[in-house]
Amino acid sequence: MSNQSLEVQQKKEVVTKGEKTVPARFYVPGTDIYETEEALQVVMEVPGVDRKNIDVKLENDELHVEARIDFSNYEGMEPLYTEYNVGHFARSFSLSQQIDQNNIAANLSDGVLTLTLKKIQQAQPRRIEIR
Amino acid sequence: MSMLLTDPFDTLFQFQRALDQLRESDWLDTGPSGQGAYPPLNVFRKGDDIVIITEVPGVKKADLRIEAKGNTIRIAGAKSVGHDGKASVHRLERRGGTFDRALSLPIEINADGVKAECRDGILALFVPRAEQDKPRAITIS
Repeated sequence: MSNQSLEVQQKKEVVTKGEKTVPARFYVPGTDIYETEEALQVVMEVPGVDRKNIDVKLENDELHVEARIDFSNYEGMEPLYTEYNVGHFARSFSLSQQIDQNNIAANLSDGVLTLTLKKIQQAQPRRIEIR
Repeated sequence: MSMLLTDPFDTLFQFQRALDQLRESDWLDTGPSGQGAYPPLNVFRKGDDIVIITEVPGVKKADLRIEAKGNTIRIAGAKSVGHDGKASVHRLERRGGTFDRALSLPIEINADGVKAECRDGILALFVPRAEQDKPRAITIS
């Protein structure tokens, strides 16, 4: 893990082919995806999002994550100098068939959402004994 | 039919439009802080005081150091990113490392009254204006 100075990553807006019914802005959360023997771990940065405003859906091998910001925290404040945009987050991933769709664990801490998607039994590596 | 409900996204859009416009501004351009350093800040005015909001996802309170001196606020800390244990990596977009950023404000601040709150990856600094700097109303006789 490097220890160099951090650079700012500009937020990218989500570009969709169709439009949503509500014209709010969605940004792409930076995501790390790791794979261990038993599960797939998806780690997303969604700062400012409360637990109840997160929507995780897994259907037809597609993972959809939507995280909404509460704008009422910004009421009464006039922006003087801004360097980043504030908005909701949304991202989707196509998963392989090896994910157990009924077994997703989610954890939110310090603005980082960690989704643990367990693989189905057959997909986990099996040790073969050599006699 | 008249509009019975105000568009709930009005405040959101005005806010985002204001942010867009201000990103082009050169407020604090010549300050010692320098743009582009991490973490990106949004500075707001609430009444007479200033509120600084920044996004620091994945940074724990213990890893943050905030100092105030004169009109300058310094935000420093470390962000760690990575996986403990064996894992093969499909995607790595998050970046970790150390950060140290100073921001000088164009008003005089009350350094003892600065309050910091860090929740859900958002760090908010409430910076009260110094008493002597507050504008005084002048009555017309």
